[in-house]
Amino acid sequence: MLYYDEMAKLTKDDVLKLAQLARLCVSDSEVIRYQDEINKILGYVEQLQDIDVTNVEPTSQVTGLHNVVRKDVISPSSSTPAELLQNAPEVTEDGYIKVKRMIT
Amino acid sequence: MTDTTWLSVSELAQQVQTQSVSATSLVEKSLRLIDEHSSYQAVISIIKDRSLERAKAIDTAIKQGETGGRLAGVPFIAKDNFLTFGSETTAASNMLKGFRAPYQSTAIERLEAEGAICVAKANMDAFAHGSSTENSDWFTTKNPHDDTRVPGGSSGGSAAAVALQLTPFALGTDTGGSIRQPAAFCGVVGYKPTYGLVSRSGVVAMASSTDVIGPITSTVADTGLILSCMAGVDERDGTTIPSDKDSYDTVKPAGLKGKRIGIIKEFMPENLDATIQQKILDIAESAKAQGAIVEEVSIPSLAYALACYYVIVSAEISSNLARYDGQRYGFSHPDAQTSEESYVMTRSEGFGSESKRRIMIGTYVLSSGYYDAYYKRAQQVRTMMINEFEKVFQDYGVLIGPTAPTPAFKIGENIADPLQMYLTDIMTVAANLVGIPAVSIPVGTVLDLPVGLQIMAPQRQDRLLLSVAQSFEEVLA
Repeated sequence: MLYYDEMAKLTKDDVLKLAQLARLCVSDSEVIRYQDEINKILGYVEQLQDIDVTNVEPTSQVTGLHNVVRKDVISPSSSTPAELLQNAPEVTEDGYIKVKRMIT
Repeated sequence: MTDTTWLSVSELAQQVQTQSVSATSLVEKSLRLIDEHSSYQAVISIIKDRSLERAKAIDTAIKQGETGGRLAGVPFIAKDNFLTFGSETTAASNMLKGFRAPYQSTAIERLEAEGAICVAKANMDAFAHGSSTENSDWFTTKNPHDDTRVPGGSSGGSAAAVALQLTPFALGTDTGGSIRQPAAFCGVVGYKPTYGLVSRSGVVAMASSTDVIGPITSTVADTGLILSCMAGVDERDGTTIPSDKDSYDTVKPAGLKGKRIGIIKEFMPENLDATIQQKILDIAESAKAQGAIVEEVSIPSLAYALACYYVIVSAEISSNLARYDGQRYGFSHPDAQTSEESYVMTRSEGFGSESKRRIMIGTYVLSSGYYDAYYKRAQQVRTMMINEFEKVFQDYGVLIGPTAPTPAFKIGENIADPLQMYLTDIMTVAANLVGIPAVSIPVGTVLDLPVGLQIMAPQRQDRLLLSVAQSFEEVLA
């Protein structure tokens, strides 16, 4: 039932590179597991390559909406800045979000 | 009415409106039932103070001559990815533990405007990534019909809650079957509306081109009423479409006589569980006995639906979950020294392994050099599937098949093999890719486990789908 392409695919270094692009850190033991699982899944989706898609337009929006716009006017917000800042890990006294050092 | 069951949603609201019961007593009853059935772990958090306050306010308003709304005093449970006041909203993830929503989702606001009362938040797979609730960072919900089995997912807590009758209805979200599959596993009604019919503003996003919101109920009539209260354009969600000019709560079962119904051949493969196959064929015979014309139809591209779905959904997940960076809200790793460290350490600890896997696959299929081979190609296959469905719908009003290839599986049975878990969604993902409405209704049991019948209709034909689903309910009663 499963379509599994033995030629697949990602090396350990590829998985580490993907993790880095996604800002994830994976341990040595995790990388082996992810490599195996991701390759199995990519092997399964490989079946899409069998289909002839010549001249078929891609669909990203299924109900046919285009460029839904609204008037550029300010409407009242249901929350105050103070309420929104309550979930921030660190804020300054004058109502800004404080982040960690950017330049090392 | 016994103490553990509820009247229909409309009857309950009418009783509250006419003051034969109070909203407060309904909320107290729900809270008591949630406590009594806590061993099933359907619920993550309870909204006690706020729900009792709202009930009191509704009771007072009705005493002063107000109507109280079409859902006056009716308690419900929302999946934990709906932003709600009065509790945390965590999407069952470590990433959002402790998060207090600064505003409520539009769906919740619209139900509250009609007098409904959210009493608790339901368990789910973290960020809705899963088909069993086993990926919840809190705990695994147990199936009310067999506590060694999963309730399905990702809206497993919501489906279990309705099956346990903790509340008369619950809300779920459905990206690839996450309302219908748990509804089938738990023996309740689960409804996925046409894409865009219900606003997703204030719901934690998974895959924006397929995510929808829908009700989980005991009857199709209740679903129509809940849908009528939530549907329609919302300026906070640019993908919303107008609701029908005729309301969904006035739909009546029109009978199956003369209805053209297609059984989807690809959903009845030879290796399908024989008892489920027989169940669906028996229903087809019952429909024929009522005068329906039931014929087998083929949608060849369905063979590729699951592959297509996991490419598109992983891509959109990797994009939507980029926002969880530990800077503005949610978990933030306390040991990080720099911003870069903060992103990486926060995401590595805050996301579970299923979310990480999907984020990495999504990153891969969107990356330069692979985009055309995976993401664009999946979107082209999606177009082919849409065209094939449109063609079949020219000849058939609705399509039917099983909701899931098996009844509820054992806790632990599929969790070690992600691909095996993905295959449990094989019959539900197509409706999401095509944007059509689909419903799962309970059609009895196989070896004491519930089985669901899935019915699908063309886009924006939600009223037709509700009517046919009610007719099937009557046939099966």
